[in-house]
Amino acid sequence: MGKLVAATGNEAIANAMRIANPDVCGAYPITPATEIMQRFTTFVSNGKVKTEMILAESEHSAMSACIGASAGGGRVATATASQGVAFMWEMLFIASGFRLPIVMGVANRALSAPINIHGDQSDSMGARDSGWIQLYSENAQEAFDNMIQAFRIAEHMDVRLPAMVCLDGFITSHSIETLEWVDDKVAAGFIGEFKTVRPFLDIKNPVSYGPLILPDMYHEYRKAHDHVMSGVPKVVLEVAKEYEAISGRQYGLFESYRLADAEIGIVVLNSAAGTTKEVVDQFRKQGVKVGVLKPRLYRPFPYFEMGEALKHLKAVAVLDRADCFGASYGPLYMDIASALYPHSQRPVLVNKIFGLGGRDYMPEQAEYVVNELSGIAKGGKVKSFKEYIGVRE
Amino acid sequence: MLTPLSLKELSKQEELFTPGHRLCAGCGAPIVVKMVLMASQYPVIAANATGCIEVSSCISEYTAWKIPWIHSAFANSAATISGVETMYRSLKKQGKIQDEIKFIAFGGDGGTYDIGFQSLSGAMERGHDMIYVCYDNGAYMNTGIQRSSATPFGADTTTCPVGSVCPGKLQNRKDMTKVIAAHGVPYVAQASPSHWQDLMKKVRKAHDIKGAKYLNIIAPCNRGWRSQTNDAIKMAKLAVDTCYWPLFEIENGVTKITYAPKEKKPVVDFLKPQGRFKHLFAPENEWMLTAIQEYVDTYWARLQKEQDSFSVTSADQVNK
Repeated sequence: MGKLVAATGNEAIANAMRIANPDVCGAYPITPATEIMQRFTTFVSNGKVKTEMILAESEHSAMSACIGASAGGGRVATATASQGVAFMWEMLFIASGFRLPIVMGVANRALSAPINIHGDQSDSMGARDSGWIQLYSENAQEAFDNMIQAFRIAEHMDVRLPAMVCLDGFITSHSIETLEWVDDKVAAGFIGEFKTVRPFLDIKNPVSYGPLILPDMYHEYRKAHDHVMSGVPKVVLEVAKEYEAISGRQYGLFESYRLADAEIGIVVLNSAAGTTKEVVDQFRKQGVKVGVLKPRLYRPFPYFEMGEALKHLKAVAVLDRADCFGASYGPLYMDIASALYPHSQRPVLVNKIFGLGGRDYMPEQAEYVVNELSGIAKGGKVKSFKEYIGVRE
Repeated sequence: MLTPLSLKELSKQEELFTPGHRLCAGCGAPIVVKMVLMASQYPVIAANATGCIEVSSCISEYTAWKIPWIHSAFANSAATISGVETMYRSLKKQGKIQDEIKFIAFGGDGGTYDIGFQSLSGAMERGHDMIYVCYDNGAYMNTGIQRSSATPFGADTTTCPVGSVCPGKLQNRKDMTKVIAAHGVPYVAQASPSHWQDLMKKVRKAHDIKGAKYLNIIAPCNRGWRSQTNDAIKMAKLAVDTCYWPLFEIENGVTKITYAPKEKKPVVDFLKPQGRFKHLFAPENEWMLTAIQEYVDTYWARLQKEQDSFSVTSADQVNK
């Protein structure tokens, strides 16, 4: 068993980065991810890592520098949040289009306007189709474990894609929790040495990165990216299995909590899953057959597996900590709906938008959802397929 | 051993930017790139902002670059090369790379003066060991001759088209060379492909100075300037000889004019062969020609004064 410590989510991410020992980090501070790079640069200043820092003048440049560095032929990591993710948006697609295994911590935070520094997932959800792998974390422990595994997944020779590890801003990034480290040497050995693929710094074998690809080939490039993405879940599971051997902790594509015999279920990401599980336990004591599905690998989205895990339920609520402004549903709801659509027998699916801009997600909100689902499961009418919960009167 | 800067010797060197690229006939930009790479006596790695050079030099499996070359986006060639240069330092420190490599970022005036300005400023301030080369053709030529902050006063562009109430661009160019000099970088210079020895000397000098360096190089564009296809070098020479584009360098804060025309030509000699300034020769726009000449004269006088002030200072120091 590894050492038990009290640490914040940001500290967990920073330490995972220390263990990965990147060759270069390009970064720009932004609340609530700032602490990640502050802690990490302390490691740099004290010779704990070999990393060369690029303290860029913006997130756009930070990601651009990460791209240049990663193409150069070495391990690269960074962290950001919110407007930082938004400002990087253009470069996110280029990092993935170049197949660069950059690993990035994202302390999920709301997007402007109105400006708000607190937690929701609008930032990473806005980047969900940027060709990056996305892993979500319920707590500091998962943030650490995901970050360590993210290097292995991103740098895997069948993958070579960038990965972001998401944790809820403030709720997880700044809360001190008990977590268990993996011994530095063991974890570093697990991540392994960085392997280069067509390193740009090899002057004897010059390569051109970033050609113009016209309609004769662009379509095929996109198909190739999609193909590589579709192979990611297999790698995620392999890496998780190896990680279990060194940590004793089990990870999958998602967590199923009391779902097997459930009649109703809640799908929710990150820290809110913890609260929801607590409430589910209470309801279980009263004989209500309710369970939780907490996605971990959000991109690529394991549509088939999620559909299989949820199809037997009578009613499911998808809780989104982000919304899509199209008078439509939240992003997670739309993905779960897509996952369930191929099944002829599938649950009634409702969408709840909660916790935006750091609004607390309280047990009462989960109780409200479970009660509503119970009613629907008994044949009750659906009031509304989409509802904002936790709204002030 | 440095190749002597003679045409005979240089012509024996391998071209690192090869023919077969798809830039327009008579374009000044590839000449600039070739000269910069020809002058470089070290292995060189380049980043490129989106723009004319980029879209025309690497298409599908065809590349005109015989050196490692990276294009990622429009606004970030300086940031991108800063990442490559940092990875180089990291790997060199770890003993994983032994070669002495130099780094260059290329950008047009759009990718330099405008959308890439912040990224460039950041890279200059951080002091990466690199040369940023702006090939300045004075507008967004790649997307069809739209105004940039490098577009000269009075020019007709597709986003400030000359019309009944608009006589072309109404603002002066941004003085980018001085803006970068104000960052306190060890070396900035302005150059022109018409004065190729001067240009190549500046590239060599820049390579041998540690830190962030900036070269602003005029690159005539016959499509945007509406000049003759075979006149790129002639136009560049006129820009220099009229002092519209003075050749100077600022090394560690000391300004030096590297070429002063024997006889400073009137700026109309530079403007007249260009269709983008045609309307300035209408009687009602005479004030604009006057304004341009005044601007050029003032700038040239100030530059000479700057050079003189430095030579006085150094003389004073010697006397003390």
